[in-house]
Amino acid sequence: MSATDTSRRRFLTGAAAAAAGLAVAPGVFLMPLAQARRAGEPASSDVRWGLLVDTTRCSDGCDACVRACKEENGWEGVGRPRTDAQWIRKVKVRDPRTGHTQSLPLMCQHCKHPPCVDVCPTAASMKRADGIVLVDKHVCIGCRYCMMACPYKARSFIHEDVHDQRAHAPRGKGTVESCTLCVHRVDAGRVPACVEACAAEGGGALVFGDLKDPSSEISRRLAAHGAEEIRADLGLDTGVRYYGI
Amino acid sequence: MKPHVHFREIEGRSPGYYALLGFLGLLVLAGLVSALYMEIEGHWVTGMSNQVVWGTPHVFAVFLIVAASGALNVASIASVFGRLHYKPLAPLSGLLAIALLVGGLSVLVLDLGRPDRLIVAMTHYNFKSIFAWNIFLYTGFMAIVAAYLWTMMDRMGRPYGKPVGLLAFVWRLVLTTGTGSIFGWLVARQAYDAAIMAPMFIVFSFAYGLAIFLLVLLAAYRWTGRPLGDGLLRRLKNLLGIFAAASLYFVAIFHLTNLYAAEHAGVERFILLDGGVYTALFWGGQVLVGYLLPMAIVFSGLGRSRGWIATAAALVVIGGLAQMYVTIIGGQAYPLILFPGKEVSSSFFDGVVADYAPSLPEVLLGVGGIAIALLGVAVAVRVLRFLPEDLRDELVEAQAAAGGEGGSGTAGGERPGGAAPEAAAAPGSAG
Ligand code: SF4
Ligand code: SF4
Repeated sequence: MSATDTSRRRFLTGAAAAAAGLAVAPGVFLMPLAQARRAGEPASSDVRWGLLVDTTRCSDGCDACVRACKEENGWEGVGRPRTDAQWIRKVKVRDPRTGHTQSLPLMCQHCKHPPCVDVCPTAASMKRADGIVLVDKHVCIGCRYCMMACPYKARSFIHEDVHDQRAHAPRGKGTVESCTLCVHRVDAGRVPACVEACAAEGGGALVFGDLKDPSSEISRRLAAHGAEEIRADLGLDTGVRYYGI
Repeated sequence: MKPHVHFREIEGRSPGYYALLGFLGLLVLAGLVSALYMEIEGHWVTGMSNQVVWGTPHVFAVFLIVAASGALNVASIASVFGRLHYKPLAPLSGLLAIALLVGGLSVLVLDLGRPDRLIVAMTHYNFKSIFAWNIFLYTGFMAIVAAYLWTMMDRMGRPYGKPVGLLAFVWRLVLTTGTGSIFGWLVARQAYDAAIMAPMFIVFSFAYGLAIFLLVLLAAYRWTGRPLGDGLLRRLKNLLGIFAAASLYFVAIFHLTNLYAAEHAGVERFILLDGGVYTALFWGGQVLVGYLLPMAIVFSGLGRSRGWIATAAALVVIGGLAQMYVTIIGGQAYPLILFPGKEVSSSFFDGVVADYAPSLPEVLLGVGGIAIALLGVAVAVRVLRFLPEDLRDELVEAQAAAGGEGGSGTAGGERPGGAAPEAAAAPGSAG
């Protein structure tokens, strides 16, 4: 972190970060608090939020990110796997030729050219100026066209009444939902719950930050080591990138 | 007096007619109750899931919408392509087009997660979405076909018949293209990623729409005891055979071109070879029942019998539903390709073929959509003059020879005699 950087930014505070801070490489928790959004202030196109997944640090048995997301956003299922929502899931990838296996988390990739937004008839699916793709629960009519269009199966339809909702993550039967990149945290200058949990309990495989800021941790890591998009052939320019796939 | 094809409402006072209304009404009710049940409980009570998000209701809805545009063909053949023999059938053709579209859209809307937010769909538009465009295409179609019917059925409208008929024809092509594009747009789904999808849907629509038209025509004339010429039927059933053959041709091209594209090899294998129920429905339902059997019937001696013509038309409908099932549900059951060439697995059914079985409420909702369409037709032919009271070949021929004039004249005032001769000609037969 350069001096100019620290002047522009402050370290993330709070118990979780303090607890987690010991476990991970420096930089992971640096959060651009200056970019925290005040209520009513529109998201800025000066930033593009992104997530880097270092699959070399992600292990098959670990699901810290998934548990944290469930807890944070309140989408614990009712024991019906076919219809229960999954905002984030662990996917095992195996190369049949070599037998090499990998494990990685998969969630909404916050595409720059999101097919879900293109097809949504009511514009309930939308992309904020800062690149976060969301569903407006008040406008979604539950047509599920976005689910047909998403190449990553990132979205879930709410198939029954939901209980124990979190105030910051409203859910409603008959509408579609997906990873919000913890927009409520990001707007408050914090990192997504999965990133925090991965650092604290997992392998520290997740880096969150501003893709437009060349000095951000994520940009520097991308510049140094590169990373891939899943289904890059589709040309969606995803905000979530994977290193080591 | 020169021979005329005359239009008259059906009488609609027989117990049979009321039984038909009652039966269709019950089916509509069952569909509505099913939709309510699905909305109150949530979609988990259906066969649908996060893997197969569009289920049986979409199979019926898309089938009806595609058939709607096809049902208009008979009218278009008469007015746009000048085949005057078909002119007396044009009003029924337009009526059926509107009714089928209303039936299909009802199913589509009732299957939404939030059907109560229909008003949102009407007020919030994303103009990049082909779905949003379709809302305009569908409402526009209804308005244009209604205007088209007016040009056929009202004296005042008659001068506009040609241009409005042409507009309706162009619009129906765009509409089916729009419906086909719903799938063509889904680049991530291996099964749909093909430009041929839209034209293929247009050819399907010809077959499905004509099949339903034939069934309704045969039923209406049989139940009302009105004469219906064999020559007219022969033309229609031959057309049905040609449309079935054209559909088969497009399906063959579709799969052959897909087989050449390496990235589609997996899904092609799934549909054509080892997809279980989807493979069976493709070969047995879509190809055999939907194309080959009807072609064999209409192009053989069997095609002289009305019973067999009706059978062929019914087979085309069944094959059409099978086609939609394979396209819509088979296309979703086949897993998304996340990492080409690699195997994936997860708690979210990545990499595995999704299981789906239609649930009763879904089927009832879909059948309810068909019932809505047919109920609309049954009531409309009772209150308005959609059906010629006599379609004997001599009349149709004579009228076609006379340039088709008069055939579209349904206004009561057209003939000085008023309704009296019509009443005399009605041997107490109407439905
Ligand atoms: S990953 Fe799917 S849901 Fe997320 S932005 Fe891309 S298309 Fe939309
Ligand atoms: S389900 Fe909701 S968010 Fe998705 S396309 Fe339909 S209206 Fe848009």
